[in-house]
Amino acid sequence: MTTLKMEADSAFKAEVARRSGQDVSLCYQCGNCTAGCPYNFAYDIPVSRIMRLVQLGRRDQVLGCRSLWLCGSCQSCTSRCPNQIDVARIMDVLRHMSREAGYATERNVKVFADSFLSSVEKHGRVFEMGLVAEYVLKTGRFWTDVDLAPKMLPKGKLGFKPHNIQGAEHVARIFRRFRGEPEAAQTTGGESK
Amino acid sequence: MSLSIGYYPGCSGQGTSIEYEQSTRTVFARLGIALSEIPDWSCCGSTPAHTVNHVLSAALSARNLELAAKAGMETVTTPCPSCLTNLRTASHKMENEAFRAEVAELLETECSSLAEIKSTLQVLVEDFGIDAIKAKMTRPLEGLRVACYYGCIMNRPKELMQFDDPEHPMAMDNIMKACGAEVLPFPLKVECCGASAGIPRKDIVAELSGRLLDAAALLGVDAVVTACPLCQMNLDLRQSQANAARGTNHQMPVFYYTQLMGLAMGLSAEDMGLSKLCVDPNPCLKRAGVL
Repeated sequence: MTTLKMEADSAFKAEVARRSGQDVSLCYQCGNCTAGCPYNFAYDIPVSRIMRLVQLGRRDQVLGCRSLWLCGSCQSCTSRCPNQIDVARIMDVLRHMSREAGYATERNVKVFADSFLSSVEKHGRVFEMGLVAEYVLKTGRFWTDVDLAPKMLPKGKLGFKPHNIQGAEHVARIFRRFRGEPEAAQTTGGESK
Repeated sequence: MSLSIGYYPGCSGQGTSIEYEQSTRTVFARLGIALSEIPDWSCCGSTPAHTVNHVLSAALSARNLELAAKAGMETVTTPCPSCLTNLRTASHKMENEAFRAEVAELLETECSSLAEIKSTLQVLVEDFGIDAIKAKMTRPLEGLRVACYYGCIMNRPKELMQFDDPEHPMAMDNIMKACGAEVLPFPLKVECCGASAGIPRKDIVAELSGRLLDAAALLGVDAVVTACPLCQMNLDLRQSQANAARGTNHQMPVFYYTQLMGLAMGLSAEDMGLSKLCVDPNPCLKRAGVL
Protein backbone atom coordinates (compact mmCIF):
# COMPACT_ATOMS: atom_id res chain seq x y z
CA MET A 1 0.00 0.00 0.00
CA THR A 2 1.33 3.44 -0.85
CA THR A 3 1.45 6.14 1.74
CA LEU A 4 0.41 9.53 0.47
CA LYS A 5 1.49 12.88 1.77
CA MET A 6 -1.87 14.43 2.58
CA GLU A 7 -1.04 18.00 3.55
CA ALA A 8 -2.08 20.71 1.10
CA ASP A 9 0.58 22.03 -1.26
CA SER A 10 -0.65 25.43 -2.38
CA ALA A 11 2.41 25.91 -4.60
CA PHE A 12 1.21 22.91 -6.63
CA LYS A 13 -2.16 24.47 -7.40
CA ALA A 14 -0.46 27.75 -8.32
CA GLU A 15 2.01 25.99 -10.62
CA VAL A 16 -0.77 24.12 -12.43
CA ALA A 17 -2.68 27.40 -12.85
CA ARG A 18 0.37 29.24 -14.16
CA ARG A 19 1.48 26.55 -16.60
CA SER A 20 -2.00 25.83 -17.96
CA GLY A 21 -3.27 29.41 -17.93
CA GLN A 22 -6.45 28.09 -16.30
CA ASP A 23 -8.15 29.16 -13.07
CA VAL A 24 -8.44 25.84 -11.27
CA SER A 25 -10.62 27.41 -8.53
CA LEU A 26 -13.48 27.83 -10.99
CA CYS A 27 -14.25 24.11 -10.85
CA TYR A 28 -17.34 23.52 -8.68
CA GLN A 29 -17.41 19.74 -9.11
CA CYS A 30 -20.44 19.42 -11.39
CA GLY A 31 -18.90 16.23 -12.81
CA ASN A 32 -19.72 17.01 -16.45
CA CYS A 33 -16.12 16.25 -17.49
CA THR A 34 -16.21 12.82 -15.89
CA ALA A 35 -19.68 12.08 -17.28
CA GLY A 36 -18.41 12.61 -20.82
CA CYS A 37 -14.91 11.16 -20.40
CA PRO A 38 -14.56 8.09 -22.66
CA TYR A 39 -11.48 6.94 -20.73
CA ASN A 40 -13.14 6.99 -17.32
CA PHE A 41 -13.60 3.21 -17.32
CA ALA A 42 -9.81 2.81 -17.41
CA TYR A 43 -8.90 5.66 -15.02
CA ASP A 44 -7.83 5.16 -11.40
CA ILE A 45 -8.96 8.72 -10.54
CA PRO A 46 -11.81 10.35 -12.54
CA VAL A 47 -10.96 13.69 -14.14
CA SER A 48 -13.34 15.72 -11.93
CA ARG A 49 -11.64 14.29 -8.85
CA ILE A 50 -8.25 15.19 -10.29
CA MET A 51 -9.52 18.77 -10.54
CA ARG A 52 -10.54 18.66 -6.86
CA LEU A 53 -7.22 17.14 -5.82
CA VAL A 54 -5.39 19.93 -7.64
CA GLN A 55 -7.49 22.49 -5.74
CA LEU A 56 -6.51 20.70 -2.53
CA GLY A 57 -2.83 20.70 -3.48
CA ARG A 58 -2.40 16.91 -3.42
CA ARG A 59 0.70 16.88 -5.61
CA ASP A 60 1.88 13.29 -5.09
CA GLN A 61 -1.55 11.73 -5.46
CA VAL A 62 -2.20 13.61 -8.71
CA LEU A 63 1.22 13.26 -10.35
CA GLY A 64 1.41 9.58 -9.46
CA CYS A 65 -1.97 8.53 -10.88
CA ARG A 66 -2.57 6.43 -14.00
CA SER A 67 -5.29 8.62 -15.47
CA LEU A 68 -2.83 11.31 -16.56
CA TRP A 69 -1.09 8.85 -18.87
CA LEU A 70 -4.30 7.37 -20.26
CA CYS A 71 -6.05 10.65 -21.16
CA GLY A 72 -6.39 10.78 -24.95
CA SER A 73 -6.76 14.59 -25.16
CA CYS A 74 -10.13 14.06 -26.83
CA GLN A 75 -11.35 17.49 -25.65
CA SER A 76 -14.70 16.21 -24.39
CA CYS A 77 -14.07 17.67 -20.88
CA THR A 78 -12.90 21.00 -22.28
CA SER A 79 -15.87 21.24 -24.66
CA ARG A 80 -18.44 20.51 -21.95
CA CYS A 81 -17.12 22.42 -18.93
CA PRO A 82 -19.81 24.94 -17.90
CA ASN A 83 -17.08 27.25 -16.56
CA GLN A 84 -14.99 27.16 -19.73
CA ILE A 85 -12.04 25.57 -17.98
CA ASP A 86 -9.68 23.95 -20.50
CA VAL A 87 -9.59 20.70 -18.53
CA ALA A 88 -7.72 18.78 -21.26
CA ARG A 89 -4.96 21.37 -21.14
CA ILE A 90 -4.72 20.94 -17.36
CA MET A 91 -4.41 17.17 -17.87
CA ASP A 92 -1.65 17.83 -20.42
CA VAL A 93 0.23 20.12 -18.01
CA LEU A 94 -0.14 17.56 -15.19
CA ARG A 95 1.40 14.97 -17.52
CA HIS A 96 4.35 17.29 -18.15
CA MET A 97 4.78 17.75 -14.40
CA SER A 98 4.43 14.03 -13.77
CA ARG A 99 7.18 13.29 -16.30
CA GLU A 100 9.41 15.99 -14.87
CA ALA A 101 8.93 14.49 -11.39
CA GLY A 102 10.13 11.14 -12.73
CA TYR A 103 6.82 9.25 -12.74
CA ALA A 104 6.02 6.66 -15.41
CA THR A 105 2.88 5.15 -13.87
CA GLU A 106 1.74 3.74 -17.22
CA ARG A 107 5.21 2.83 -18.39
CA ASN A 108 4.22 1.53 -21.82
CA VAL A 109 2.41 4.76 -22.66
CA LYS A 110 5.54 6.69 -21.78
CA VAL A 111 7.80 4.35 -23.75
CA PHE A 112 5.51 4.64 -26.77
CA ALA A 113 5.63 8.46 -26.66
CA ASP A 114 9.40 8.43 -26.17
CA SER A 115 9.91 5.98 -29.06
CA PHE A 116 7.72 8.15 -31.29
CA LEU A 117 9.70 11.30 -30.53
CA SER A 118 13.02 9.53 -30.91
CA SER A 119 11.90 8.47 -34.39
CA VAL A 120 11.05 12.09 -35.25
CA GLU A 121 14.40 13.23 -33.86
CA LYS A 122 16.25 10.68 -36.00
CA HIS A 123 14.45 11.13 -39.29
CA GLY A 124 12.47 14.39 -39.19
CA ARG A 125 9.31 12.38 -39.85
CA VAL A 126 7.91 9.38 -38.00
CA PHE A 127 9.17 6.07 -39.32
CA GLU A 128 6.34 3.79 -38.21
CA MET A 129 8.18 0.46 -38.52
CA GLY A 130 11.19 1.82 -36.62
CA LEU A 131 8.91 3.26 -33.94
CA VAL A 132 7.22 -0.09 -33.34
CA ALA A 133 10.60 -1.88 -33.30
CA GLU A 134 12.00 0.51 -30.70
CA TYR A 135 8.84 0.20 -28.58
CA VAL A 136 8.95 -3.60 -28.68
CA LEU A 137 12.64 -3.68 -27.76
CA LYS A 138 12.22 -1.29 -24.84
CA THR A 139 9.13 -2.95 -23.40
CA GLY A 140 9.99 -6.55 -24.24
CA ARG A 141 6.41 -6.92 -25.53
CA PHE A 142 7.38 -9.04 -28.52
CA TRP A 143 3.85 -10.34 -28.97
CA THR A 144 2.40 -6.81 -29.35
CA ASP A 145 0.05 -6.81 -32.33
CA VAL A 146 1.54 -9.94 -33.91
CA ASP A 147 -2.08 -10.79 -34.78
CA LEU A 148 -2.16 -7.71 -37.00
CA ALA A 149 0.99 -8.50 -38.99
CA PRO A 150 -0.76 -10.83 -41.48
CA LYS A 151 -3.36 -8.08 -42.09
CA MET A 152 -0.86 -5.26 -42.48
CA LEU A 153 2.12 -6.67 -44.31
CA PRO A 154 0.35 -7.69 -47.53
CA LYS A 155 -1.18 -4.19 -47.75
CA GLY A 156 2.26 -2.67 -48.22
CA LYS A 157 1.40 0.11 -45.79
CA LEU A 158 4.38 -0.23 -43.50
CA GLY A 159 7.49 1.10 -45.16
CA PHE A 160 10.75 -0.66 -44.36
CA LYS A 161 12.81 2.46 -44.92
CA PRO A 162 12.49 5.84 -43.18
CA HIS A 163 11.64 8.99 -45.15
CA ASN A 164 14.66 11.08 -44.32
CA ILE A 165 14.20 14.75 -45.07
CA GLN A 166 16.78 17.43 -45.78
CA GLY A 167 15.83 19.31 -42.64
CA ALA A 168 16.26 16.27 -40.38
CA GLU A 169 19.21 17.95 -38.68
CA HIS A 170 17.13 21.08 -38.04
CA VAL A 171 14.47 18.91 -36.38
CA ALA A 172 17.11 17.06 -34.35
CA ARG A 173 18.49 20.41 -33.19
CA ILE A 174 15.01 21.42 -31.91
CA PHE A 175 15.16 18.39 -29.62
CA ARG A 176 18.73 19.05 -28.48
CA ARG A 177 17.98 22.69 -27.68
CA PHE A 178 14.83 21.59 -25.84
CA ARG A 179 16.96 19.31 -23.65
CA GLY A 180 19.43 22.13 -23.14
CA GLU A 181 22.32 20.22 -24.69
CA PRO A 182 25.30 22.33 -25.73
CA GLU A 183 25.62 23.19 -29.40
CA ALA A 184 28.92 21.31 -29.41
CA ALA A 185 26.79 18.15 -29.45
CA GLN A 186 26.31 18.84 -33.15
CA THR A 187 28.33 16.48 -35.22
CA THR A 188 27.00 17.21 -38.68
CA GLY A 189 25.16 20.49 -39.23
CA GLY A 190 25.54 22.95 -42.05
CA GLU A 191 22.24 22.09 -43.73
CA SER A 192 19.62 24.72 -44.37
CA LYS A 193 17.07 25.41 -41.68
CA MET B 1 -13.56 27.15 -60.01
CA SER B 2 -9.85 26.94 -59.46
CA LEU B 3 -8.29 26.90 -56.04
CA SER B 4 -4.69 26.62 -54.98
CA ILE B 5 -3.61 25.84 -51.46
CA GLY B 6 -0.58 24.65 -49.47
CA TYR B 7 -0.59 21.03 -48.38
CA TYR B 8 0.70 19.22 -45.28
CA PRO B 9 0.29 15.44 -45.78
CA GLY B 10 1.37 14.26 -42.30
CA CYS B 11 3.53 11.21 -41.56
CA SER B 12 0.81 8.56 -41.47
CA GLY B 13 -0.08 9.48 -45.07
CA GLN B 14 3.31 8.05 -46.04
CA GLY B 15 2.51 4.72 -44.36
CA THR B 16 -0.52 3.44 -42.50
CA SER B 17 -2.98 5.86 -44.14
CA ILE B 18 -1.48 5.84 -47.61
CA GLU B 19 -4.95 5.32 -49.13
CA TYR B 20 -6.23 8.51 -47.42
CA GLU B 21 -3.31 10.43 -48.89
CA GLN B 22 -3.77 8.90 -52.33
CA SER B 23 -7.54 9.44 -52.44
CA THR B 24 -7.27 13.00 -51.09
CA ARG B 25 -4.76 14.01 -53.75
CA THR B 26 -6.69 12.31 -56.55
CA VAL B 27 -10.06 13.74 -55.53
CA PHE B 28 -8.70 17.27 -55.07
CA ALA B 29 -7.04 17.10 -58.49
CA ARG B 30 -10.31 15.94 -60.05
CA LEU B 31 -12.14 18.84 -58.38
CA GLY B 32 -9.54 21.26 -59.73
CA ILE B 33 -8.07 22.18 -56.34
CA ALA B 34 -4.28 22.37 -56.66
CA LEU B 35 -2.39 21.14 -53.59
CA SER B 36 1.22 22.27 -53.26
CA GLU B 37 3.14 20.27 -50.70
CA ILE B 38 5.16 22.25 -48.12
CA PRO B 39 8.78 21.74 -49.19
CA ASP B 40 10.69 19.45 -46.81
CA TRP B 41 7.87 19.31 -44.23
CA SER B 42 8.55 17.48 -40.97
CA CYS B 43 6.47 15.73 -38.29
CA CYS B 44 4.14 17.95 -36.20
CA GLY B 45 5.05 15.93 -33.08
CA SER B 46 1.51 14.53 -32.83
CA THR B 47 0.18 13.48 -29.41
CA PRO B 48 3.56 12.45 -27.94
CA ALA B 49 5.03 15.96 -28.31
CA HIS B 50 2.18 17.85 -26.66
CA THR B 51 2.08 15.37 -23.78
CA VAL B 52 5.78 16.06 -23.12
CA ASN B 53 6.01 19.84 -23.49
CA HIS B 54 4.02 22.58 -25.23
CA VAL B 55 7.01 24.60 -26.45
CA LEU B 56 8.60 21.51 -28.03
CA SER B 57 5.28 20.62 -29.64
CA ALA B 58 4.79 24.14 -30.99
CA ALA B 59 8.36 24.25 -32.37
CA LEU B 60 7.91 20.96 -34.27
CA SER B 61 4.63 22.25 -35.71
CA ALA B 62 5.72 25.84 -36.38
CA ARG B 63 8.69 24.69 -38.45
CA ASN B 64 6.16 23.63 -41.08
CA LEU B 65 4.01 26.75 -40.90
CA GLU B 66 7.13 28.85 -41.30
CA LEU B 67 8.40 26.80 -44.26
CA ALA B 68 4.96 27.22 -45.86
CA ALA B 69 4.97 30.99 -45.32
CA LYS B 70 8.49 31.21 -46.79
CA ALA B 71 7.25 29.31 -49.85
CA GLY B 72 4.55 31.96 -50.29
CA MET B 73 1.64 29.90 -48.96
CA GLU B 74 -0.94 31.86 -46.95
CA THR B 75 -3.09 28.86 -46.16
CA VAL B 76 -2.21 25.21 -45.75
CA THR B 77 -4.58 22.27 -45.52
CA THR B 78 -4.12 18.83 -43.98
CA PRO B 79 -6.26 15.68 -44.04
CA CYS B 80 -5.11 14.58 -40.55
CA PRO B 81 -6.98 15.95 -37.49
CA SER B 82 -4.01 15.29 -35.21
CA CYS B 83 -1.68 17.37 -37.41
CA LEU B 84 -4.44 19.97 -37.68
CA THR B 85 -4.77 20.28 -33.90
CA ASN B 86 -1.03 20.58 -33.36
CA LEU B 87 -0.48 23.12 -36.12
CA ARG B 88 -3.49 25.21 -35.07
CA THR B 89 -2.56 25.05 -31.39
CA ALA B 90 0.97 26.17 -32.23
CA SER B 91 -0.18 29.27 -34.14
CA HIS B 92 -2.79 30.08 -31.52
CA LYS B 93 -0.35 29.86 -28.61
CA MET B 94 2.31 31.77 -30.53
CA GLU B 95 0.07 34.84 -30.56
CA ASN B 96 1.47 35.22 -27.05
CA GLU B 97 4.82 37.02 -27.42
CA ALA B 98 6.60 35.23 -24.56
CA PHE B 99 5.55 31.81 -25.85
CA ARG B 100 6.56 32.74 -29.41
CA ALA B 101 10.00 33.76 -28.15
CA GLU B 102 10.47 30.37 -26.47
CA VAL B 103 9.48 28.57 -29.68
CA ALA B 104 11.75 30.80 -31.78
CA GLU B 105 14.61 29.93 -29.44
CA LEU B 106 14.21 26.20 -30.19
CA LEU B 107 13.70 26.80 -33.91
CA GLU B 108 16.56 29.32 -34.22
CA THR B 109 14.36 31.36 -36.55
CA GLU B 110 12.30 34.55 -36.26
CA CYS B 111 8.89 32.83 -36.48
CA SER B 112 7.64 36.16 -37.79
CA SER B 113 5.42 34.71 -40.47
CA LEU B 114 3.33 31.55 -40.22
CA ALA B 115 0.83 30.12 -42.70
CA GLU B 116 -2.75 29.46 -41.58
CA ILE B 117 -3.91 25.86 -41.35
CA LYS B 118 -7.30 24.24 -41.94
CA SER B 119 -8.64 20.76 -42.59
CA THR B 120 -9.24 19.39 -46.07
CA LEU B 121 -12.85 18.90 -44.94
CA GLN B 122 -13.14 22.64 -44.24
CA VAL B 123 -11.63 23.52 -47.63
CA LEU B 124 -14.13 21.25 -49.39
CA VAL B 125 -17.15 22.60 -47.52
CA GLU B 126 -16.30 26.29 -47.18
CA ASP B 127 -13.99 27.09 -50.11
CA PHE B 128 -15.20 24.66 -52.73
CA GLY B 129 -18.81 24.15 -51.63
CA ILE B 130 -21.29 21.31 -51.34
CA ASP B 131 -23.16 22.28 -54.52
CA ALA B 132 -19.93 22.31 -56.54
CA ILE B 133 -19.10 18.86 -55.15
CA LYS B 134 -22.55 17.62 -56.09
CA ALA B 135 -22.06 18.89 -59.63
CA LYS B 136 -18.99 16.64 -60.02
CA MET B 137 -20.80 13.41 -59.16
CA THR B 138 -21.19 10.98 -62.03
CA ARG B 139 -21.86 7.74 -60.14
CA PRO B 140 -24.02 8.54 -57.08
CA LEU B 141 -23.68 6.16 -54.14
CA GLU B 142 -27.41 5.42 -54.13
CA GLY B 143 -28.25 2.52 -51.90
CA LEU B 144 -25.19 2.89 -49.69
CA ARG B 145 -26.10 3.52 -46.05
CA VAL B 146 -23.32 5.15 -44.05
CA ALA B 147 -22.54 6.58 -40.61
CA CYS B 148 -20.14 9.53 -40.58
CA TYR B 149 -17.64 9.40 -37.74
CA TYR B 150 -15.61 12.58 -37.22
CA GLY B 151 -13.45 11.54 -34.29
CA CYS B 152 -12.86 13.62 -31.21
CA ILE B 153 -10.60 16.47 -32.31
CA MET B 154 -11.69 17.42 -35.82
CA ASN B 155 -13.96 20.12 -34.38
CA ARG B 156 -12.93 20.43 -30.74
CA PRO B 157 -12.32 22.59 -28.86
CA LYS B 158 -14.51 24.92 -30.88
CA GLU B 159 -12.62 28.11 -29.94
CA LEU B 160 -9.54 26.60 -31.57
CA MET B 161 -11.01 24.76 -34.55
CA GLN B 162 -13.66 27.33 -35.55
CA PHE B 163 -15.32 24.99 -37.99
CA ASP B 164 -18.58 23.05 -37.95
CA ASP B 165 -20.32 22.06 -34.71
CA PRO B 166 -18.19 20.66 -31.85
CA GLU B 167 -20.84 18.12 -30.74
CA HIS B 168 -22.85 17.54 -33.89
CA PRO B 169 -20.69 18.21 -36.95
CA MET B 170 -22.33 17.91 -40.38
CA ALA B 171 -19.53 18.59 -42.92
CA MET B 172 -18.94 14.94 -43.79
CA ASP B 173 -22.66 14.09 -43.60
CA ASN B 174 -23.34 16.80 -46.17
CA ILE B 175 -20.54 15.66 -48.46
CA MET B 176 -21.76 12.05 -48.31
CA LYS B 177 -25.33 13.21 -49.07
CA ALA B 178 -23.96 15.18 -52.03
CA CYS B 179 -22.37 11.91 -53.17
CA GLY B 180 -25.81 10.30 -53.11
CA ALA B 181 -25.29 8.09 -50.04
CA GLU B 182 -27.95 7.62 -47.39
CA VAL B 183 -26.49 9.13 -44.21
CA LEU B 184 -27.90 7.89 -40.93
CA PRO B 185 -27.69 10.05 -37.79
CA PHE B 186 -24.76 8.61 -35.83
CA PRO B 187 -24.98 9.48 -32.13
CA LEU B 188 -21.27 8.82 -31.41
CA LYS B 189 -19.93 11.15 -34.12
CA VAL B 190 -17.37 12.82 -31.86
CA GLU B 191 -16.71 10.14 -29.23
CA CYS B 192 -13.05 9.11 -28.98
CA CYS B 193 -11.93 5.81 -30.61
CA GLY B 194 -9.03 5.29 -28.19
CA ALA B 195 -6.63 7.37 -30.26
CA SER B 196 -2.95 6.59 -29.84
CA ALA B 197 -3.47 4.01 -27.07
CA GLY B 198 -3.54 1.28 -29.74
CA ILE B 199 -0.05 0.01 -29.10
CA PRO B 200 0.50 0.61 -25.36
CA ARG B 201 -3.08 -0.11 -24.16
CA LYS B 202 -4.97 -1.95 -26.90
CA ASP B 203 -7.64 -2.95 -24.34
CA ILE B 204 -8.73 0.70 -24.27
CA VAL B 205 -8.95 0.96 -28.05
CA ALA B 206 -10.84 -2.35 -28.23
CA GLU B 207 -13.44 -1.02 -25.78
CA LEU B 208 -13.88 2.48 -27.23
CA SER B 209 -13.73 1.48 -30.90
CA GLY B 210 -15.94 -1.52 -30.06
CA ARG B 211 -18.64 0.82 -28.74
CA LEU B 212 -18.51 2.81 -31.99
CA LEU B 213 -18.80 -0.34 -34.10
CA ASP B 214 -21.74 -1.56 -31.96
CA ALA B 215 -23.56 1.74 -32.46
CA ALA B 216 -22.94 1.72 -36.23
CA ALA B 217 -24.13 -1.89 -36.49
CA LEU B 218 -27.28 -1.05 -34.47
CA LEU B 219 -28.06 1.72 -36.96
CA GLY B 220 -27.87 -0.88 -39.71
CA VAL B 221 -25.37 0.99 -41.87
CA ASP B 222 -23.29 -0.67 -44.60
CA ALA B 223 -20.13 1.22 -43.66
CA VAL B 224 -18.55 3.82 -41.40
CA VAL B 225 -16.95 6.86 -43.00
CA THR B 226 -13.97 8.55 -41.31
CA ALA B 227 -11.70 11.55 -41.78
CA CYS B 228 -8.81 10.58 -39.48
CA PRO B 229 -5.94 8.10 -39.98
CA LEU B 230 -6.01 7.01 -36.34
CA CYS B 231 -9.80 6.56 -36.21
CA GLN B 232 -9.74 4.58 -39.43
CA MET B 233 -6.91 2.34 -38.23
CA ASN B 234 -8.54 1.69 -34.85
CA LEU B 235 -11.92 0.86 -36.40
CA ASP B 236 -10.65 -1.13 -39.38
CA LEU B 237 -7.27 -2.75 -38.63
CA ARG B 238 -8.13 -3.27 -34.96
CA GLN B 239 -11.74 -4.34 -35.57
CA SER B 240 -10.71 -7.99 -35.09
CA GLN B 241 -9.19 -7.10 -31.70
CA ALA B 242 -12.39 -5.28 -30.67
CA ASN B 243 -14.42 -8.30 -31.76
CA ALA B 244 -12.19 -10.69 -29.81
CA ALA B 245 -12.19 -8.55 -26.65
CA ARG B 246 -15.91 -7.91 -26.61
CA GLY B 247 -17.40 -11.07 -28.08
CA THR B 248 -18.80 -9.37 -31.18
CA ASN B 249 -18.56 -10.34 -34.80
CA HIS B 250 -18.57 -7.07 -36.71
CA GLN B 251 -17.52 -7.06 -40.35
CA MET B 252 -17.98 -3.32 -40.80
CA PRO B 253 -16.12 -1.66 -43.70
CA VAL B 254 -14.48 1.63 -42.69
CA PHE B 255 -13.77 4.14 -45.47
CA TYR B 256 -12.03 7.48 -45.66
CA TYR B 257 -14.60 9.99 -46.91
CA THR B 258 -12.33 10.86 -49.82
CA GLN B 259 -12.45 7.26 -51.07
CA LEU B 260 -16.24 7.36 -51.35
CA MET B 261 -16.14 10.83 -52.95
CA GLY B 262 -13.76 9.47 -55.57
CA LEU B 263 -15.96 6.46 -56.34
CA ALA B 264 -18.97 8.75 -56.72
CA MET B 265 -16.93 10.91 -59.11
CA GLY B 266 -16.27 7.86 -61.28
CA LEU B 267 -12.71 7.21 -60.10
CA SER B 268 -11.64 3.59 -59.85
CA ALA B 269 -11.36 1.36 -56.77
CA GLU B 270 -7.64 1.17 -57.49
CA ASP B 271 -7.26 4.96 -57.65
CA MET B 272 -8.97 5.14 -54.26
CA GLY B 273 -6.72 2.49 -52.69
CA LEU B 274 -9.67 0.32 -51.63
CA SER B 275 -7.44 -2.76 -51.47
CA LYS B 276 -5.58 -1.14 -48.54
CA LEU B 277 -8.65 -1.47 -46.29
CA CYS B 278 -8.66 -4.45 -43.92
CA VAL B 279 -12.37 -5.24 -43.71
CA ASP B 280 -13.35 -6.00 -47.30
CA PRO B 281 -15.51 -3.13 -48.62
CA ASN B 282 -16.40 -4.83 -51.91
CA PRO B 283 -19.54 -6.69 -50.76
CA CYS B 284 -21.24 -3.52 -49.51
CA LEU B 285 -20.23 -1.55 -52.61
CA LYS B 286 -21.53 -4.30 -54.88
CA ARG B 287 -24.79 -4.53 -52.94
CA ALA B 288 -25.20 -0.78 -53.34
CA GLY B 289 -24.41 -1.05 -57.03
CA VAL B 290 -21.38 1.24 -56.73
CA LEU B 291 -18.82 -1.28 -58.00
